[in-house]
Amino acid sequence: MKKVRLATAWLDGCSGCHMSLLDLDEALLPIAKRVDLVYGPLVDAQEFPKAVDVTLVEGAVSSQDDLEKIRTIRQRSKLVVALGDCAVTGNVPAMRSAIVPRKLLERIYVEGAQEQRVVPSEGVPALLRQPVPVHEVVKVDLHVPGCPPPPKAIAFVLGELCDGRVPNLGSKVKFG
Amino acid sequence: MQKITIDPITRIEGHGKIDLYLDANGDVADSHFHVTQVRGFEKFVEGRPFYEMPSITARICGICPVSHLLASAKACDAIMAVAPPPAAVRLRELVHCAQFVQSHALSFFHLSAPDLLLGFDSDPARRNILGLIEDHPEMARLGIALRKFGQETIEALARERVHPSWIVPGGVNAPLTAEARDRILVGLPQAHAAAVQTVGFFKGILDRFAEEIEHFGTEPTLHAAMVDEAGAAQWYDGWLKFKHPDGATAAADVRPSDYELFIGEASLRDSYLKAPYFKPLGYPSGVYRVGPLARLNVADSFGTLLADRELAEFRQRCGSPAHSSFHYHYARLIEALHALEKMELLLADRAILQPHVRARAAVNSLEGVGMIEAPRGILIHHYKVDEQGAIRWVNLIVATGHNNLALNRGIAQVARHFVHGAEIREGMLNRVSAVVRAYDPCLSCSTHADGTPALEFRIIGPGGSIIRR
Repeated sequence: MKKVRLATAWLDGCSGCHMSLLDLDEALLPIAKRVDLVYGPLVDAQEFPKAVDVTLVEGAVSSQDDLEKIRTIRQRSKLVVALGDCAVTGNVPAMRSAIVPRKLLERIYVEGAQEQRVVPSEGVPALLRQPVPVHEVVKVDLHVPGCPPPPKAIAFVLGELCDGRVPNLGSKVKFG
Repeated sequence: MQKITIDPITRIEGHGKIDLYLDANGDVADSHFHVTQVRGFEKFVEGRPFYEMPSITARICGICPVSHLLASAKACDAIMAVAPPPAAVRLRELVHCAQFVQSHALSFFHLSAPDLLLGFDSDPARRNILGLIEDHPEMARLGIALRKFGQETIEALARERVHPSWIVPGGVNAPLTAEARDRILVGLPQAHAAAVQTVGFFKGILDRFAEEIEHFGTEPTLHAAMVDEAGAAQWYDGWLKFKHPDGATAAADVRPSDYELFIGEASLRDSYLKAPYFKPLGYPSGVYRVGPLARLNVADSFGTLLADRELAEFRQRCGSPAHSSFHYHYARLIEALHALEKMELLLADRAILQPHVRARAAVNSLEGVGMIEAPRGILIHHYKVDEQGAIRWVNLIVATGHNNLALNRGIAQVARHFVHGAEIREGMLNRVSAVVRAYDPCLSCSTHADGTPALEFRIIGPGGSIIRR
């Protein structure tokens, strides 16, 4: 059987959704045989590859980098899955929405430092005015909520996708 | 100047990139390590009730949420001016040890073992945990089993593996049942054996990495860690100690509430990660390291049998203090073993089953500091509240931050030794990433400040063009 080209991506999140993926434990071993993991924080690819079958996206879209990444991901992936509450709703990253980025950055890097009190500006991406869920920027094919989504839900999603079906999550997930 | 960019730095936790600048001879003249996420927790929590802080700050990191839960709960204990009941202290220590096991297993097996076992120069398309499963299935299974044991213990205690709500201000929200204890005890001997086997295996291959040991961040720095009154390692509740590069004491018996006397923070123009420094030496001279290597260098002992035996051998092989950051791996594996020994001790004491596990109080102090040793090093949560308990001001200093200055120097050293411009091979750049992996940085933690983690590596040529991403 042809292997599924799987990518995972981490935008503005905490990696908890990726940890929940690793929490499949030994159940990862049979899945490992059915997928080629072509991109993500666990592998060494530097560039997002072309012709990806499924990309699991963790995190909200919060910076200029995130925005560019998610657009590339959408162009090069058949299916985009929003994995976890940050990707689905904005969740914790969006808690900064009421504060303008300049004030936020000054609080941290000017008020919150004793030496070189400057806001970083070289080689770092600009923050978006407000973090947004993935579906605000690109089309999302499947939403998997949870903070993080339980390992069983992720296993079900991957199993169904490997079999060529779009999973029906029903009661397997919830917010929070 | 030629510029090389590594973007993203892979197999680490969070987002970062590295720029290397090469001179006309193709030698590395300069390097910049950019952490590219900032999240703003210090600011956006202003106004929230203090008792929400453990749950909110757990979301700083999905790998070590237990660390943030503990440091936050301790800051809240201080605001309520309470001491958690004895059983709660033991349970917090137990869940903390379980987290060390899972986090250290993840760092070693899932992130770094592909370099160590498949090779720094091996095919990057297979140099990952799935490649490890194919080529070294026994080692991969060992790693998956160790991580699983840590995560299952967290689940048995706290009901959820990631972001559990069990650790609360004043203690924990439910006692340990005898059934749950017995379930943990069933898995413990096997996890213990796996840790012993891993340490033994690593000692057996250590000599293969003589070149990496000699060049992976060996510049002497201060080391900082928490110890108990007797000078033994203490991960949950101790005093901060700083040692000079020669091993002499630089500062000792520092209480959590006095951290600001010894730790200052500098902002960096090219990174969202601030650079803490040892205040008595000033910025940028006050470079210190934290985490497994620093803890082994600072503590006199672990206080558990096998870990102390391994510590003696570590000192004999690597020196005391050990300076090479490559030895973070070795130190991490000894700590995983200690964590399991400590879990055995905690579970053998029936006092851990006592039902009283939570102290309740309102605001009794307008300020509180919580400090613990997270798997990656010292973690400090510092809160100020108003009389109703609303957060007014927050400072968080996270393990990876403390290491920022040393990490930058380590990157420069590895790049100068391994990267030369005539023909840049992928394996050269992978070693630059690998020194970052040795520190096991958590860049999403480190930039809790609000945004997007991404470690990125670029090679920039004479004239400033980006040659390679």
